[in-house]
Amino acid sequence: MNNTLLWYTTRGAGAVSLVLLSAVVVLGILSVLRIQSTTWPRFLTAGLHRNLALMTLVFLTLHIVTAVVDPFTHLGWLAAVLPFSSYYRTFWLGLGTIAFELMLAIVLTSLVRGLIGQAAWRMVHWLTYAAWPFAVLHGIGTGSDAGSAWLFTLQALCVIAVVVAVGYRFLTGSHDPLADARSSFQDAVDRREPR
Amino acid sequence: MSAPQLLAGPDPSRGSERRSEHVARLGPLPKGGHALIELLVRTGLTGRGGAGFPVGLKWRAVAAASHGSAVVIANGAEGEPHSRKDRLLMASRPHLILDGAMLAAASVHAKQVVLCIGEEHHAALRSMSGALAERSEHERRMVRIVAAPPRYVAGESSATVHLVDAGIATPTTTPPSPRDRGVGGAATLVQNVETLAHVAIIARTGMATDTVLITVAGGVRTPGVLEVNVGTPLGDAVQLAGGASEPVRAVLVGGYFGQWVEPSSAWSLPLDTQALRARGLSLGCGVIGLVPASRCAVCEVAGIMRYLASESSAQCGPCFFGLRALADACTRIAERGTDPGDLQRLQRWSAEVHGRGACKHPDGVVMFLQSAMKTFGDDFAHHPPHLRRSA
Amino acid sequence: MTKQYELAVDRIKCDGRGLCAEILPERIRLDSWGYPIVTPGPIPGHLLGLAQRAVDDCPVLAIALRRVEIKRQRER
Repeated sequence: MNNTLLWYTTRGAGAVSLVLLSAVVVLGILSVLRIQSTTWPRFLTAGLHRNLALMTLVFLTLHIVTAVVDPFTHLGWLAAVLPFSSYYRTFWLGLGTIAFELMLAIVLTSLVRGLIGQAAWRMVHWLTYAAWPFAVLHGIGTGSDAGSAWLFTLQALCVIAVVVAVGYRFLTGSHDPLADARSSFQDAVDRREPR
Repeated sequence: MSAPQLLAGPDPSRGSERRSEHVARLGPLPKGGHALIELLVRTGLTGRGGAGFPVGLKWRAVAAASHGSAVVIANGAEGEPHSRKDRLLMASRPHLILDGAMLAAASVHAKQVVLCIGEEHHAALRSMSGALAERSEHERRMVRIVAAPPRYVAGESSATVHLVDAGIATPTTTPPSPRDRGVGGAATLVQNVETLAHVAIIARTGMATDTVLITVAGGVRTPGVLEVNVGTPLGDAVQLAGGASEPVRAVLVGGYFGQWVEPSSAWSLPLDTQALRARGLSLGCGVIGLVPASRCAVCEVAGIMRYLASESSAQCGPCFFGLRALADACTRIAERGTDPGDLQRLQRWSAEVHGRGACKHPDGVVMFLQSAMKTFGDDFAHHPPHLRRSA
Repeated sequence: MTKQYELAVDRIKCDGRGLCAEILPERIRLDSWGYPIVTPGPIPGHLLGLAQRAVDDCPVLAIALRRVEIKRQRER
């Protein structure tokens, strides 16, 4: 197989994965914020979030497979699963491995949410806030030294979109209209022994 | 009227009856078990916490679900604001209640008994813990006291189970019913303390008790707790409470989850669970409230609605938002005068709220409001503005 | 005899997200405060797929499909 083709596929699939992952994070936040209009139903946000997450895994797999198979990188399959085990850009690549595994955990738990229950699913889902930054840092650290403009622009746009969405989410209060009343009633009737 | 049964013996105002006196008066504690359950079914005792469910059937169900490790909760939380009977009974006849609880434990094969007592009912708390100290070592190891917060829903069955199990007095989703899965996942019997006191007497006499505890409140000369014969006309009970202190506008039968009745029909009402049910009414927790004619019915109802709305545990949207909307509409009618839009909204929202919470709190409130709108129909339809003087 | 299913909402878990009413408006509508009112009774066969989707898509797993208990009359 043509080495250059492999290398471009790796980089392309990686870039697409980052864009898709960023879109998935933003959509997840739109869902929590209960954003909705007459032309944009909530199930659309939820459906896109789920489908784009699956797409992200597809492009990630392509990214990883082409990277490992490419003789230029001297990567073994181990590097795809064991973080910081590669000779090539050990640290930055390791971050990518971690991000991939976190995403795998998040997607797999989502597929069996009915079996594991809402509480367990939710705990794993919070790992998104680790997976995305690791993916971004991996992209910056392992990107080709001939830092191309298009990749930089893409990364910058993704970061801006997610930072704005996450910032807004955590600066505004809960979007559950019952949250305040529920917690203040619960505090009033809580008789558990303080630990 | 024949002699009191629960409050027989020394005057309740003299405080907590000692064990020695209790045993001297009534004899030793009989045995619980299958035979007692069948006796309770035969005598037709119904619960005195508000729902009026047949006690024998409840014990049968818990005994069947118990795998030898059931839990008995003696419910003395008494969240209904005007009810005083449970705390009076706990403060003066603690051993009757403990007897009933131990009989229940033996009958449903329970290993734990929890006395759930309102945390602000200090006399009741002192009396029950003092009485517990007088019991046998076996009983003292089985029984513990849990104090309940002073909120309306804290006395609801699943809320007491949640309080005992997890320390938080909020109602939980049923199914599963506490009867099947309650404290620690075990079958749990939640029984009002007055009911348990009746059991303690029935187990000794082998016959049904024929009295009931009520609290007469509002516009009477001597409000308070009375023990009356089942079937006593409501008017007689009011006379025993000193009679009405002023002309009566309406009578609330059964407390805040009860029904409003015009005085002319109220006085002859028999204080009997079955008979009231046949008339579409309920004895509930036994509160009989008299509203004087000098008070505005709509303003009274609006005040009670505001209280009940604020007592929602805010776990279910339709209850929290719906009751608040209903209370606000009642308050608008009370303060600013009748508006046909508000009357329509009350009907529409009542239909949307009923049956849409995890517990029966919204249902009780909606039925209270429907009863008020029927009984005070003219007042609601033509109410002038009455600005509140205080918040 | 085919199995019948009905929708059941856990009222405490439900926090009025509204996806269920968007997916199955034939059986679910929202009240004045955004919480679901479910038409009682078994779900017609042709809507079962959508009902399952409403169950799967609920962000807080507050709605479920339950087998309907059909009480049989005892034959004399």
